[in-house]
Amino acid sequence: MLDGRSMIRRRAGLRLWLSAGWLGALGAAALLAPWIAPHDPLAQDLFLGRMPPFWVAGAEPGYWLGTDSLGRDVLSRILYGARVALLVALAAGGISCLVGATLGLLAGFLRGWFDMIISRLIDIWMAFPPVLFAILLIAVLGPGLVSIIIAVVVIDWTRFARVVRSEAMLQGVMDYVASARVAGAGRIGTMIREVLPNVLPTIVVLLTLEMGIAVIVEAILSFVNLSISTDDPTWGGMIAEGRTSIHQAWWVLVFPLIALFLTVLAFSQLGEGLKDRFDPVLR
Amino acid sequence: MQILRILCLRLATTLVTLAGVAVIVFFVIRVVPGNPIAMMLPPGATEADIARLSALYGLDKPMVTQFGIWIAGVVQGDFGTSITTRQPVLDLVLGRLPATLELSIMALVMAVLLGGLSALIGTRGRGGRTEGAIDVVNGMALSVPDFLWGLVLMLVFGVLFPVFHISGRVTPSLDLPFVTDFYLFESLLRLRFDLWADLVAHMFMPALALALPLAAIIGQLLKQSLKETMNLDYVTLARTKGYGETHVIMREALRNAVLPTLTLVGVQFTFLIGGTVIIERLFSYEGLGNMAIDAVINRDLPLIQGIVILFAVIFIAVNLIVDLLYAVLNPRLRHA
Repeated sequence: MLDGRSMIRRRAGLRLWLSAGWLGALGAAALLAPWIAPHDPLAQDLFLGRMPPFWVAGAEPGYWLGTDSLGRDVLSRILYGARVALLVALAAGGISCLVGATLGLLAGFLRGWFDMIISRLIDIWMAFPPVLFAILLIAVLGPGLVSIIIAVVVIDWTRFARVVRSEAMLQGVMDYVASARVAGAGRIGTMIREVLPNVLPTIVVLLTLEMGIAVIVEAILSFVNLSISTDDPTWGGMIAEGRTSIHQAWWVLVFPLIALFLTVLAFSQLGEGLKDRFDPVLR
Repeated sequence: MQILRILCLRLATTLVTLAGVAVIVFFVIRVVPGNPIAMMLPPGATEADIARLSALYGLDKPMVTQFGIWIAGVVQGDFGTSITTRQPVLDLVLGRLPATLELSIMALVMAVLLGGLSALIGTRGRGGRTEGAIDVVNGMALSVPDFLWGLVLMLVFGVLFPVFHISGRVTPSLDLPFVTDFYLFESLLRLRFDLWADLVAHMFMPALALALPLAAIIGQLLKQSLKETMNLDYVTLARTKGYGETHVIMREALRNAVLPTLTLVGVQFTFLIGGTVIIERLFSYEGLGNMAIDAVINRDLPLIQGIVILFAVIFIAVNLIVDLLYAVLNPRLRHA
């Protein structure tokens, strides 16, 4: 029998590989969507409306996961929806990381008035319900991919700023920072060369988690019909449509939901796995 | 004295935060394209009609003046008039608040029960397969946000095994004798268990969806601190007195292990309340969040402002209460 610790380590390794595997496969599918999707994701055929998936009686050959009420192929729409989801994950996650981590690092290391402003801003941001904030921002910016990315960045930069700030504060009082300063390094130079590398593992973990959050935010916004234009297939939009016909055509809801569920789970497990691997702070 | 000074400082920062929220929401929503007045009027309305109605709602004045008028009203408890329903914002918002509060509190209770139970079972079976299984379940519950749990629950308990209602707060055909908007609470007071059961059958899935991530956090943290407490001398002493494992955990360790969890639950509870916005939408539950989304879609500016401010007040109040509870429960702070 395995002892507890090695069991945990083996499980951690397994979940890292499983998550990375799913995300890799999804990335490949998203890139290759125009070539591997069996149908045009926008092509409507009212004679083929609400066809069930292939193993259910009455399925239409060639439409593996069935069709929605307008006769559009569910599998093709999921593949194209993956492009939107992953694009938002990379762009929104990356930019909020860059903005939030920079501000948090500066606030935590330099302290003083800059830290006061950033901390106050974080407090104000924490008093907003995030989903409502996102919906408001999309109403302001208008629907579209860029708006979603901006909304995620505006809302979620505090996730990075909060953690990185307190981390930089801890590192800032350590001996190695003092000795770098004594050796004649400038403040910003010390921050970038000495403190940043020590905070980097934390940032990478947060970034992975943020990507999963960005995917969810996109899905929620397209669920309330405020995401990118209604034509382009998104998982959230498919789920919203499936919700209305949940009793007649469950597959319209279930398959995009599975894709979304696994993707969010994979990002978060990847983050947790990385945390166990190399970040003593967040653990 | 120390506590009094901290309290004053906290109140001051709270006011700054609230003012910040007010400024941001006021100016952000005024950038929203789409004229709410034009949306209210029938298609044949003239420019003069639009101008007259805009003047009625004060939307023709400069933005800073509008802000001044609005803030002066808010301080006196007047949040303005909703553009779509033409009712006072405060009445609308207070009418919906009980539904959201009942949902949030039910979710919190579920989270504490589920999380507490998993922590106790995990601590009893620590180091073995039971703990491993609980860790895996908690990890799953934590990784997936409330929105997705809501959809999964809806499929399982609404479609596959239709035992709960998937939309609304109460069956519309029922005759409701309530005088307050706290339906769940009032149905208990009036001993109307038939209505109570109907309300719970509507609230169960949205509340559980909100509760699952928080339950996982409580479970993990409480188990961690319970395990640490179990190694302390006084617990060993209790054990040598011959008490069983469950007794030692419940009677001796729990009281000391619960403090770190409490602080975290406060912050997480505000996240849970924020989550009601989309969960109410998903389950067509008639609460504040659902009303907020409609307000944004209808460009009902005064209503949006009112709801956001109310959410901010709730968030800040929860944090204050938790801080006070912490001070009361923590003996080191109490005697300071």
